Amino acid sequence: MSANKSNKSSTGRGLVNWIDSRLPVFSYMQKEYGEYPAPKNFNYWWNFGAILTFMLVLMIFTGIFLSMQYTPHVDFAFDSVERIMRDVNYGWLLRYLHANGATFFFIAVYIHIFRGLYYGSYKNPRELLWIFGVLILVLMMATAFMGYVLPWGQMSFWGATVITNLFSAIPLVGDSIVTWLWGGFAVENPTLNRFFSLHFLLPFVILGVVVLHVITLHVSGSNNPLGIDPKGPQDTLPFHPYYTAKDSFGLALWVTIFAAFVFFAPNFFGEPENYIKADPLQTPAQIVPEWYFLPYFAILRSIDFDIWFIDAKLGGVIAMFGSIILLFLVPWLDRSKVRSARFRPIYKWFFWILLLDCLLLGFVGGHPPSDHVFKGIEWLLFIDLGHIGTAWYFFHFLILLPLLGTVEKTKPLPTSITESVLNGDTSSSASAKSGGSM
Amino acid sequence: MKKINGLLNFLAIVSITFIMTVVLSDSANSAGKYKHPESQEWGFNGLFGKFDKSSIRRGLQVYLEVCSSCHGLDQVAYRNLKDIGLNIEEIKEIAEQFEVMDGPDNEGEMFAREARPSDKFVAPFANEKAARVSNNGAMPPDLSLITKSRHGGADYIYALLTGYKDEAPDGVEMGEGMNFNPYFVGQQIAMSQPLYEDSVEYPDGTKATVSQMSWDLVNFLHWTAEPEMEQRRSLGWKVVLFLLVLTGLLYAVKRQVWSKEH
Ligand code: HEC
Ligand code: HEM
Repeated sequence: MSANKSNKSSTGRGLVNWIDSRLPVFSYMQKEYGEYPAPKNFNYWWNFGAILTFMLVLMIFTGIFLSMQYTPHVDFAFDSVERIMRDVNYGWLLRYLHANGATFFFIAVYIHIFRGLYYGSYKNPRELLWIFGVLILVLMMATAFMGYVLPWGQMSFWGATVITNLFSAIPLVGDSIVTWLWGGFAVENPTLNRFFSLHFLLPFVILGVVVLHVITLHVSGSNNPLGIDPKGPQDTLPFHPYYTAKDSFGLALWVTIFAAFVFFAPNFFGEPENYIKADPLQTPAQIVPEWYFLPYFAILRSIDFDIWFIDAKLGGVIAMFGSIILLFLVPWLDRSKVRSARFRPIYKWFFWILLLDCLLLGFVGGHPPSDHVFKGIEWLLFIDLGHIGTAWYFFHFLILLPLLGTVEKTKPLPTSITESVLNGDTSSSASAKSGGSM
Repeated sequence: MKKINGLLNFLAIVSITFIMTVVLSDSANSAGKYKHPESQEWGFNGLFGKFDKSSIRRGLQVYLEVCSSCHGLDQVAYRNLKDIGLNIEEIKEIAEQFEVMDGPDNEGEMFAREARPSDKFVAPFANEKAARVSNNGAMPPDLSLITKSRHGGADYIYALLTGYKDEAPDGVEMGEGMNFNPYFVGQQIAMSQPLYEDSVEYPDGTKATVSQMSWDLVNFLHWTAEPEMEQRRSLGWKVVLFLLVLTGLLYAVKRQVWSKEH
C-alpha cells in the first residue's frame, strides 16, 4: 500500500504470483490503476469517471435483483413492481436505488460530457475515446427509455407509444418499422417483453464499451485542466494513492447526495402519472419523458414546419437524432489546436451559453409548446423558446465551433504542467479574474 | 489558489443543481384550469415526519364506510393493517365482511368464501365496465397509490375532498351529472361530494367534520401509498450519517496523501 511501489507487481508472492504469471490480471491492475501516470493537476471534475463506473455497477446489481421479482407481462408488470415495493424485503430500496440511480447516472454523464467539452478532451489523440463515450450515452438513453417502460404506468405506456411512433416518420418503410419494433400493431405485451429483454442486455453492452473507453483512455493518457501534455514524470502522479484517494472522497460525497434523494425524496425526479396503471384508452393530459430526455424532446417538437420535401414530423426526428449524432463529430468540428477553454477566451463564453441553451431546451421540453412562458406576456410561447434553443444548438456545433478554430486568438499556453502549478496557477488565476475559470 | 478553485467548482455544482431544480420543478405544471391546493401541515411531512396511527385508523373507518363502495384498494392486503395497530382479530373481522371467489374445489367448482387477512382489499366492482355503469360512465380510480399519483399529492386529495361547492360560479357550464370542484383538473368531477358532517361516527369521540374525516382519510391513503415511509426514513438517517462520516474521513485521507504535493 506504499506510494512508491513501482515494481512490486512482478514480485508478488505465492498464489498471486502463480496466477499472475498465467493470467496477468494483477500486473494489469497495478499498471493501469496503480502506476497509471495521471497529470498532477486534475480538478474535481475528473471525479466523474469513477462516479460513472460506480453508477453502472449499481444499476446492474439492483437491476438483477429487481429482475428476480419483476414480471414482464402487461397484466402483471405494474402490480409486480408494487409487490417489490411492499412485500419484497427491502424491495423499495432496490427499486428506489434503481429509479433514482438512472437519474444520477445521467446527471453524472452530462457533467462528464460537459467537462470534456470545456477542456477539449475530445481532441487529438482522444477522438476515439470520445466516440466511445458518445456511444455509451446513446446506449444509456436506449436502456433508460426501455427501463422506464417496464413498470407499465401511464407514462411508461404513452412514452413508449410516442417515441416508437417517431419511426413512422421514415418515408416508405416507417410504418413497417414501427410494427416490427412493437411486435404487433400497438404497444402491447410483445413490446413489453422485448423491452425487458433488451433492457437486461444493453447494460452489459455498455459495460463492454466502457472497457473500450478506458482502454483508449489509457493509451492516450488523460487530459487535464490545462489541456497540455505532461512533459515527463514530474508532471504526473501515480494513480494510486493520489487519485484513488481523491476519487474515493468525491465518490463518497456523490453517494451521500444520491442517498439523500433515495431515502428522503425518492419520487422527486419521477412523474406522478406513472403510479397509475397503463391504460391504452386514456391519454394523459401531457406526455412528458423523463427529465434527462427533455432537451431532445424539445428539439423534436421545435421542428413544426416543413422543410422542402421533409415534413415537420420527419424534420423533428432528424433534428433530434442529429443533435446526438453531432456529438460524434465534435472532434472534427472543433478546429482549434488548443484544448482547454482556459486558454480560449471566446470559446469559454460560448461553452457556458451552450450549457444554458441545453438547460433552456430541457425547460422547454417539459411544457406544452403552445403554452405561454410567462403569464401576461402574450407573444412568448414555449415553441418560440424551442425554436431559438434548437437553432442555437445547431449553430454552436455547425458554425461556431469550426469558425472559432480560425478566428479565435488563444492565450499563450504554459510550457508545462509543473511550471503552471508552481507559479501559483497564474494562467488560471488570471482567467478567474476575467470571468470565472472552471 | 487551489482552494479557491475548489470553492468555485463547488459553487458551480451548487448553482447547476439549483438551476436544474428550478427547471424541473417548474416543468410539472400541465395545461388545464384548476386551483392549486393549499399546503397542509401533515405529520408525515419533512425529514422526521411520522405516520399518525390513530388518524390513519379513523381514515380506514371512513374508507370502509364511505369510499369502499366505489373505490378499490388493490395493492393493500387486510394483513397489512397490522402495521397501523390493528390486531389479528380486528383484521379478521374486517376481512370477513367481504367475499372473494376462490377455487376450483375438488369438484372443480368455483366458490365464494369470506375474505381472509391474506387477501387483498376486495374491489367493489368486478371490472371496469361494471364500475363505469354504476358511476354514470366515470371510473372511480383505485386509491392505493392516489397520493403518489397526483400532482400536489396529499395536499391535493385533502383540497379535493374538502373543496366541493354547492353551486358552480356564474358562467361555468356544468356537464350532466357533474359536480363543481375547483381543485379538480377542469373543475368538473363525476364524483359527487362523498363526505358530509357526521358521515361516520368515530368510536374515539372525535367529531366527524368534513375536514376531520378528509384529514384522516389522507393520512390513511398516504400510508397505503407509501407504507415503507417510516422504515425508509429511519434507515435513511443511518445511511446518510454514515456516509457523511465516511466522506469526512476520506477527505482527511485525501489531504494526508496529497500533503506532500501542495
Ligand atoms: C358513488 C361512488 C363514489 C364514492 C362513494 C366515492 N367516490 Fe371518489 N370517485 C368516484 C368517481 C366516479 C370518480 C371519478 C371522477 C372523475 O373522473 O370525474 C372518483 C374520483 C375520486 C378521486 C380521484 C380524483 C382525481 O384527481 O382524479 C379521489 C381521490 C376520490 N374519488 C376519493 C374518494 C374518497 C376519499 C371517497 C370516500 C370519502 C370517495 N372518493 C367516495 C366515485 C365515488
Ligand atoms: C445502464 C444501466 C441501467 C439504466 C440506466 C436503467 C434504467 C431503468 C429505469 C429508468 C427504470 C424505470 C424505473 C422506474 O421508474 O420504476 C428501470 C427499471 C427496471 N430495470 Fe433498469 N436500468 C439499468 C440497468 C438494468 C439492469 C442491468 C437490469 C437487469 C439485469 C435492469 C432491470 C430493471 C427492471 C427489472 C426494472 C423494472 C422495475 C422497476 O420499474 O423498478 N436494469 N431501469
